[in-house]
Amino acid sequence: MSSQQSLVHARALTKRYANGFTAVDGIDFDVRPGKAFGFLGPNGAGKTSTMRMIACSSPVTEGTLSVIGMDPRTQAREIKAKLGVVPQHDNLDTELTVRENLEMYARYFDIPRDVANRRTDELLEFVQLDERAKDQVEPLSGGMKRRLTIARALINDPELVILDEPTTGLDPQARHLLWERLYQLKRRGATLIITTHYMDEAEQLCDHLVVMDKAKIVAEGSPRQLIDQHSTKEVLELRFTDAVREDLNGQLNGQLDGLADRIEELPDRHLLYTENGERTLEQVNLRKIPVESALVRRSSMEDVFLRLTGRSLVE
Amino acid sequence: MTVLAASGRVWQRNWLVYKRLWHRSLAFGFLQPVLFLTAMGIGIGALLTPASLEAFGGVEFIDWLGPGLLAAMAMQTATFESTYPIMNKIMWGRNYEAMLSTPVGIRSIVGGELAWGAFRIGTLATIFLVVLALFGIPRSPMAILAIPVAVLVGVAFSACLIAFTATQKNDVGFSAIFRFVINPLFLFSGTFFPLTQLPDELQVVAWATPLFHGVELIRGAILDQLDPLAAPLHLGYLLLMFGIGAWLAERNLARRMAD
Repeated sequence: MSSQQSLVHARALTKRYANGFTAVDGIDFDVRPGKAFGFLGPNGAGKTSTMRMIACSSPVTEGTLSVIGMDPRTQAREIKAKLGVVPQHDNLDTELTVRENLEMYARYFDIPRDVANRRTDELLEFVQLDERAKDQVEPLSGGMKRRLTIARALINDPELVILDEPTTGLDPQARHLLWERLYQLKRRGATLIITTHYMDEAEQLCDHLVVMDKAKIVAEGSPRQLIDQHSTKEVLELRFTDAVREDLNGQLNGQLDGLADRIEELPDRHLLYTENGERTLEQVNLRKIPVESALVRRSSMEDVFLRLTGRSLVE
Repeated sequence: MTVLAASGRVWQRNWLVYKRLWHRSLAFGFLQPVLFLTAMGIGIGALLTPASLEAFGGVEFIDWLGPGLLAAMAMQTATFESTYPIMNKIMWGRNYEAMLSTPVGIRSIVGGELAWGAFRIGTLATIFLVVLALFGIPRSPMAILAIPVAVLVGVAFSACLIAFTATQKNDVGFSAIFRFVINPLFLFSGTFFPLTQLPDELQVVAWATPLFHGVELIRGAILDQLDPLAAPLHLGYLLLMFGIGAWLAERNLARRMAD
């Protein structure tokens, strides 16, 4: 894909900090307009550093990066005018009210007052905070603050919205409400870049994903493609009592041998990758292996990540 | 949007917060000099003998003290505005991070904060001068020059302290600045007593420090005693301090925010 067709175009993109630590190590990716693009990976994988380079808040060390057809090195101000940024940690202005937060932010973008007022009304409604417009920011719940941050990021009608771990730290209900709003945003044609270490978030929101680990991209594709490529259709999770584990000691793996395409041994359970979980469970039972509990489920991004890196996503 | 216009937006943000409490701030700005002048000027001044008053250049103690306190107020207000509030905007509240996601840049942030400091000190200095006038202290309309000089003292301190704050990872350094820089300057810059009372070596040290130059200029303007030879030196010192401070503030804040 040429750089003209992609909103963000990166080749051999590298971020090295003054202390010599390489946070992003020569990654390539293209973000297409109108899509939700996800960076999935554990903490410290280089997601936030990548986002900060795209947002022109951290200089590129090496490689090519173009954002909305412009160069962050020389056109940071022009790029920022067209970006919406939702940072990992809330940075709302706690000395202003909900409404003032949006109005003041509009002033930073030099948006005329009448346009700013209209957009503030629309956005407060969009993130369902219109009834809290006159309130201070501090008493708002975590989910409400995130929604306000998202509204603020949309005040300049951005061509590209960057969301760094948008739902980290929120309760499930607040997360679902936020996902629903982001989904609405996507339907309106916005281009989103999302980082997350939640596989369900990546599966829910992203059309295209790159999986990052240790500063590099280890896989790329749609969530479905990645699961098809790197995992089996189903997973059988087996748990054993500690006594059984100790009794059988090294023999447990031997007994499970040949039952699945691949077996992962985690501290608390065994994962058997197979096309048909129920059938595999029958075979486990036939072999009279003393299982404490068993669960059959579909493969997820978590399994992809485990396969690619040998580690769990959320540690 | 130009750097200047963006600075205006940073200023405007502070105004938006301030305008809810402005009356409180102005009332305090009035009360503070009234209390100080009454307690120290009238209270202590009445105890001084004609002989001891000679050291004050032949004016009443309260007349001598008032302009010095105005200069010190400019320094203290600048110090207060440029330490914790700036630290908050860098680290705790992350206001600058939010602003830097917009077309507002580092230079505009520094410019806007300094303009805000200038505004705050300008209004407080005006009130202070009104109080001095109520005590009958100013000798001529020249006294009005004390306001721009106080603003210069303020922004010179603000710029240097923003530069310092931008390098700090927590607020521990502030108490050292208050104790070892601001308080000694407050006491030994010719604010409360003439520097001629100090040993010669210490007088030289006082000449090297910034508040002294502000005190001299402001007192000179209010008592109509400006020394045409020394005044440009005092002014030059403060302008240089402001220039270096502003340059360092922009450099340090840019480094800090790129972390």
